[in-house]
Amino acid sequence: MSATLVIEAGQTERQYWRDLWRFRELFYLLAWRDFLIRYKQTAVGIAWSLIRPLLMLLAVTAVGKAGSFSTGGAPPLLFYFCGLLPWQFFSTAMSESGNSLVNNSNLVSKIYFPRLVVPASSVIVSFMDFLIAAVFLVPLMLYYHVMPPGQVAFIPLFVLLDFALATGVGFWIAALTVKYRDFRFVVPFVVQFGAFVSGVIPITPHAHQTLRLIYSLNPTVGIIDGFRWCLLGGGNFVRPSELLLSTGVTTMLLLSGLRYFRKTERTFADII
Amino acid sequence: MPHSDTVIAVNNLAKCYSIGHLNGLNDSGLRHAIENALRNPWTWWKNRKIRNEHFWALADASFDVKAGEVVAVVGRNGAGKSTLLKILSRITEPTRGRVEITGRVGSLLEVGTGFHAELTGRENIFLNGAILGMTRAEIKQKFDEIVAFSEVEKFLDTPVKRYSSGMYVRLAFSVAAHLEPEILIVDEVLAVGDTAFQKKCLGKMQEVSRNHGRTVLFVSHNMSAVLQLTTRAVVLEKGRVIFNGPTEQAVEKYAGAIGKDSTVFFPVENTPRKYPGTGAVRFVSFRFDRSVPIFSPDEDFQFVAKVRAHDTVPRIRFSMTVFTAEGASVGTCFGTERTGLRNGDEVEFEITIPRPRLAHGRYCCGVSVGKGDHRVGMVDFDTVTDTLAFEVRREEGDGGTLAEWPRGWGSIILPDLKCRPASLPPFEAVADNVAMLPV
Repeated sequence: MSATLVIEAGQTERQYWRDLWRFRELFYLLAWRDFLIRYKQTAVGIAWSLIRPLLMLLAVTAVGKAGSFSTGGAPPLLFYFCGLLPWQFFSTAMSESGNSLVNNSNLVSKIYFPRLVVPASSVIVSFMDFLIAAVFLVPLMLYYHVMPPGQVAFIPLFVLLDFALATGVGFWIAALTVKYRDFRFVVPFVVQFGAFVSGVIPITPHAHQTLRLIYSLNPTVGIIDGFRWCLLGGGNFVRPSELLLSTGVTTMLLLSGLRYFRKTERTFADII
Repeated sequence: MPHSDTVIAVNNLAKCYSIGHLNGLNDSGLRHAIENALRNPWTWWKNRKIRNEHFWALADASFDVKAGEVVAVVGRNGAGKSTLLKILSRITEPTRGRVEITGRVGSLLEVGTGFHAELTGRENIFLNGAILGMTRAEIKQKFDEIVAFSEVEKFLDTPVKRYSSGMYVRLAFSVAAHLEPEILIVDEVLAVGDTAFQKKCLGKMQEVSRNHGRTVLFVSHNMSAVLQLTTRAVVLEKGRVIFNGPTEQAVEKYAGAIGKDSTVFFPVENTPRKYPGTGAVRFVSFRFDRSVPIFSPDEDFQFVAKVRAHDTVPRIRFSMTVFTAEGASVGTCFGTERTGLRNGDEVEFEITIPRPRLAHGRYCCGVSVGKGDHRVGMVDFDTVTDTLAFEVRREEGDGGTLAEWPRGWGSIILPDLKCRPASLPPFEAVADNVAMLPV
């Protein structure tokens, strides 16, 4: 006979993490479903995961060129692509997982499962888009005859950091959107505006150190610089202070996001 | 009894909702809330706090279920049944009290939860199965059985958005029916699909409980299903357990305690309308003056509609269209025009279709108030659809078994056929004439 489950008010479910493991298949399936339906009834289908970042790339490169920012000796297209990759992943993951609970409200109000599964699987879907877009790096690098430097070995660390950041922010926004749908309007704005202050366009290379430090509080700055350092090297490097701040802020966002999510999770079904 | 141990123990369970939040649940409420919040954040914030009244959906309910038992939970709308099931399924948390559950719980609060319109039948079986707590291996193992039960083999690779509503429900129920938890919690899911499929589902549920010795907690308004499936029932009223015992007595209690003066009430003042009318007169509420919305095929169909005039109208008339549960139109009727209303009047009308001769089944009617009719041209002030649902069923035991009326025969029992020879044999004709002579 299975263990007895106790349901009580305000009880912290000791079972939670075990349930999360038990529902791991739901997690894959939700990700798989979102990926399947994403480009249904579109003419070019999955090519959209390439077209979107490429269009963005052209726009950002144009802006970057107009402002003649330093690209550390790297070809501008490649430089901006290396910056856009992590930013696009972060921004789509954030908006997708932010909306995920509300979009799946029929599930939330009718079925029990650890709610963390929903935003987390949305991040996975965006990650698949990221991987597809990343493939485009190969022809781009071949074309410009750029060999990735030795530190390319560190790239998984920055991908992980990006992932953690997207998940943490995703948890926050998903939980907040359940209660305040206002976030449905806030997030697209952050995404549009963010592309310009996220570090994709290096607007502060020569700014005063304090200013730079404040700027680096934005955790995507360190991640994007990290990506460029790993993939391009040369004049592109990531400052240790930046990296530390980025990692610190990301960890904080992830842990607090998880905590807030877990705390509000049990009321989701009542207020969604 | 080999099973004497308690698998579900509910102790003083209570759940409190704040009405402020409840209002925010429907679409228009939400839209209003955001709109108000944006227009005047300060007032919105203040009022929000004030508006939060408390409502106890469940107040100190206690009962036990033993392993292998099939227990029904009955009660009127708003008695707390759904809240109870939601707490037992861990979808929501209780405000007070304690539940202890031993065994794996599978809950079925709605068929087709998580079905995605864009995915094919096959994909949805896997997705829905996982949502209901089955593992991939389990689903694979039962896949053929599920498909066979649902009778949609041919359309497995078609997106479910192209399914008919019947096929959709059949597929959804089939997945759910093959769930094999130790404790199964089922909400009003049998209220879907056509009668033949409902019977099949009932059979499946009986099989699960009898042959596999599973514990089933079953919520339904369908008293015949409750009687058929369960031996014990818990009657809820206003969040409290008012009876807990043999099903027969519980059903009596349910019908009896509610009494003859009880009604089935549908407030419609603020529900969104599918067909906008002029709004000169609007429906406020409907009610059936009976404890359950079930009519016998031989009686008049009757309900009470409350309307409010928002303008002075010289004449009004009511009309209604009856639809089957699947949405097919059965027929329409118009009332005669009568003296109208003055602006601000709020009046109740008793509306009757004399013996509509509907066949057994579930129906829903759309009701309109307006002027004119199909002969002279018409204007509708207000139309309410998808609300007034009822069932036509002969009372159990009335004339033995239920009479059969296959779906294919339609929804109307046409008047009894009259038949007499068209050309009379000469002998009888003469006899008739003779008989008529003295007149």
